Amino acid sequence: MTPQEIYAQLSAKFGDSVIEFQTEETQNPTVIVSPSGLEEIFKYLKDEEALQFDSLMNLAGHDPDPESELVVIYHLHSIELDHYITIKTFTDRESPKVDSVANLYGTADWHEREAYDLFGIIFEGHPDLKRILMEEDWEGFPLKKDYVPAEFYRGMRIAKEK
Amino acid sequence: MGALNHKFNENILITSLDKLLNWSRSGSEWYFQFGLACCAIEMMSAAAARHDLERFGAMPRSSPRQADVMIVAGTVTLKMATRVKRLYEQMAEPKYVISMGSCANSGGPYWQHGYHVLKGVDQIVPVDIYIPGCPPRPEALIEGLMHLQKKMREEPVLSNKEG
Repeated sequence: MTPQEIYAQLSAKFGDSVIEFQTEETQNPTVIVSPSGLEEIFKYLKDEEALQFDSLMNLAGHDPDPESELVVIYHLHSIELDHYITIKTFTDRESPKVDSVANLYGTADWHEREAYDLFGIIFEGHPDLKRILMEEDWEGFPLKKDYVPAEFYRGMRIAKEK
Repeated sequence: MGALNHKFNENILITSLDKLLNWSRSGSEWYFQFGLACCAIEMMSAAAARHDLERFGAMPRSSPRQADVMIVAGTVTLKMATRVKRLYEQMAEPKYVISMGSCANSGGPYWQHGYHVLKGVDQIVPVDIYIPGCPPRPEALIEGLMHLQKKMREEPVLSNKEG
């Protein structure tokens, strides 16, 4: 299926939850969806006969600038039918909450933990949402654009001396 | 003299205790085998056939209890820093630290924006030798080890290292 057809099918099925379709030369064809009800959409993408997206190739958090909403990006591939689609969802900066897809795709487990670790995005329904790269007592989410590093961590200086 | 009779014939060896101990110590720089980043690849290369660190008596040990020298080869993240300090504390005296490469010396490319990188391993453990480079070639590491040998040979064994 072409990305355009995939978008049309999703849009027909989920209505307002599927917000927009973007296609430009510089990016993969992208469907933008709302963060609530995300798990239903992914369940459909995975199980529907004509779609069969059986592989979540990547899941990434993204923070475009200090005032924007946080973004989660999913790259899906169907090994069976050999077609691709990129899903994007935007979530509130102050209390970022997105449905977890870890119960559908094993890949998502650690990737969601990473997005939580670095951007503070809460994946609701994740089986074990805790930090994966930073130490567990780390404060803040380092890849957010408004992140300011602490001066010390466990007595070790982080920022360079002025 | 019994057992030693005729063993040395006419050769007599005279040395001082300091010199003897320092000579034996500097000839067996057993280093602690762990690497943190790309510098570790150069360290492996230095230990392998072409550069062959074992010519100098330096061989990798997998336990801090058996190691004399700790080569901090690579980027010391804050997460690793507490482990590095603990491993250093587990080594038996006398112990030495070589800081290998820009990251271990000063944070390297993570100097300004590395929120997760320790800006120099000398903040947590005392460093004997710094080797510049990103990463240093095996020759540079070998030179560092030879500088450490020189340092060991000049050390008074019976006096306090800290003093």
